[in-house]
Amino acid sequence: MVRIFSIGLLFVILINSSFKTNKPTYPENLSEWGIFEGKMSQLIPKKDLVPYTLNTPLYTDYAEKSRLIRFPKGAKVDYKAQGVLDFPIGTLIVKSFYYSADQRNLGKDIDVMETRLLIHESDGWKAMTYVWNKDQSDAILEIAGDQKQVKFINPQGIAQQVRYVVPNQNQCKGCHNSNDKMMPIGPSVAQMNGDFNYSDGKQNQIAYWKKHGLIKSVPDGNLPKAAVWNDPSTGDLNARARAYLEINCAHCHRIDGPAQTSGLYLTAHETNATALGINKTPVAAGNGSGGNLYDIVPGDANASILLYRMKTKAPGERMPELGRNLVHEEGVALIQQWINEMKINKP
Amino acid sequence: MKSIALFFIGTIVFSIQGLAQADVQKKLQKQLILAEAGAVIEIPEGVFEFTNTLSLEEKKKITIRGKGMNKTKLSFKGQTDGAEGIRVSNCDEIVLEGFSVQDAKGDAIKTMHVNNITFRDVKTEWTGAPGPENGGYGFYPVQCDGVMIDKCEAMGASDAGIYVGQSKNIVVKNSKAYYNVAGIEIENSIHAEVFNNEAYQNTGGVLVFDLPDLVQKKGGDVNVHDNYIHDNNFPNFAPKGNIVASVPTGTGILILAAKGINIFKNKIINNQSVSTGIISYFTTGKPIKDKLYDPYPSAISIYDNQFERQVGRPVSADPLGMIVSKRFKENTPHIIYDGIKNKALLDANGNWTAGNCISIINNTNQSIVNLDASNLFKDMAIVPNEMFNCTNK
Repeated sequence: MVRIFSIGLLFVILINSSFKTNKPTYPENLSEWGIFEGKMSQLIPKKDLVPYTLNTPLYTDYAEKSRLIRFPKGAKVDYKAQGVLDFPIGTLIVKSFYYSADQRNLGKDIDVMETRLLIHESDGWKAMTYVWNKDQSDAILEIAGDQKQVKFINPQGIAQQVRYVVPNQNQCKGCHNSNDKMMPIGPSVAQMNGDFNYSDGKQNQIAYWKKHGLIKSVPDGNLPKAAVWNDPSTGDLNARARAYLEINCAHCHRIDGPAQTSGLYLTAHETNATALGINKTPVAAGNGSGGNLYDIVPGDANASILLYRMKTKAPGERMPELGRNLVHEEGVALIQQWINEMKINKP
Repeated sequence: MKSIALFFIGTIVFSIQGLAQADVQKKLQKQLILAEAGAVIEIPEGVFEFTNTLSLEEKKKITIRGKGMNKTKLSFKGQTDGAEGIRVSNCDEIVLEGFSVQDAKGDAIKTMHVNNITFRDVKTEWTGAPGPENGGYGFYPVQCDGVMIDKCEAMGASDAGIYVGQSKNIVVKNSKAYYNVAGIEIENSIHAEVFNNEAYQNTGGVLVFDLPDLVQKKGGDVNVHDNYIHDNNFPNFAPKGNIVASVPTGTGILILAAKGINIFKNKIINNQSVSTGIISYFTTGKPIKDKLYDPYPSAISIYDNQFERQVGRPVSADPLGMIVSKRFKENTPHIIYDGIKNKALLDANGNWTAGNCISIINNTNQSIVNLDASNLFKDMAIVPNEMFNCTNK
């Protein structure tokens, strides 16, 4: 009996060690990637990484985000009018989530929660999450997720506290998913067609990439441009609301996304009113319906399931499913206005 | 000796001794992420508490095995993150067995895009009184090919206890569903065998639905037989907006807009409003915008079933129940048909073309009412059995 047991134990150990040898091994510590220079928690990138931003970003519990991209040496990405760019094998995308102690003074006294990496391997994109340690000296690879309590002062000067949740590796794919394949969500031409404050001045990001030989085959003339959700000078109410829904919802809610079973598709280019939720009955909303009959009732945001799910904090009801413990009040206000001003049956 | 060694190769015993609850979540989740093809992840007897969804993604041949539905309990009572208790996506050949999932904040077990998912000796339950704050679905395979639900139990779901949606090749057998809004529901699914189950004290026992605006448009070839469907009179507690919120309390079987359905050799007893209903989507009163959707039921065969009900008015307070109650009072017929036919399937004389009829024959205590719903119930009447004496074979 003892012998059988010890053989069993041996095999368990063998299996455990095979986990490490069979898979591509990624560094345990973020520092080993050589992404940042100087004091790591300042998130200052090395020269071979290009910082970027999106016109309308995903909301994640009021966290601030720093986005970086590293192309393989000499590689360029092909221009693409719609959807996320098809980045070459070897591309690394880095996204750090942090809170400034006082969001009226952005970038000061930051507390970094996690840094997520997406690396384009020859067999597809891989996602890794590094959780920052207490003294902010490094971040550790964590496949099973984590959570942290964080305090910050919001732009209105009100003290906030949030239980910040780091997703586990499977949950990454809950959003980063197209036809069941891992995919980046943000960097499309439309989302990047806006200015960024580079070290050598403010420039349009696509123009900057072109100038530095990072993108090819960019057509002349006006390029697609996503509205900035909270800047009325960049688009009318409809354009801003649709841009907001696209980045916050459409990674799941589209025909090839994980929420395809719902029949609710919230991409910015969706033209079918029912698919967009207008007078659409829910499929499997359960208590997420909030007692409402339709996803969107034109002219009546408070009777619309979509708004209810943005406003509720209950797990199992709230949307998005991940990364939202705090209600995005400004986003709710935008969608509320959009639905309330919607003409009957006309989005 | 060799077989013992092989056994150990694939088995990872999830041990919990000395772990704080937060570590239990992390440890089991880590095993699910690292599991390789052929792995059996064993969970010992006991109650384990989780605050986030446990997820399995892009795996082949994985078994998660507890010591039995009443011995290994995964509790999500304190869940703060994730929309379901367990989620399995993009996998092949997954077996879940021998545990219960309790009090998930959303659905208990959702499996999506899985080829061959087996649930055996698994229970999903909401342990408090049934109410709209309970999660929607107990068992929730959706867009799966090859679904086996065997010897399972579902209790307390505010939508369906055992739900199979937009899937293919399905078996639901030897299982029990009770105190759910819908006991067992087969929706927009193809090739389903539902047999030897007991559905009782739900709002509705067994539902077979085809709904609009979905990816898998059409169900069919669904056989519901040898089930014991009784006493489904529990007041409907579904949150408004969900389709099951319109299921009348006291429903045994309800066929909504489905095609190619065979209902036979079931005992359908004491479902006090609608022993068996056959209705089109129009009767739900909901709008139809999906041009590819067929809202009519057709090609339905109901035979060799045993119907019984206690004398008394329908227990449902919804419009359908009220209309039937007002007209038939204590002696409500067993089979309720809304009478709305797809004209494209009728011949010049208004009779069903071959293979499309609604056939109701040789049932014990068979009685049928045609609601004449499309004419605002004007000619609602008990109709002769002969009118449904046809065959789809």
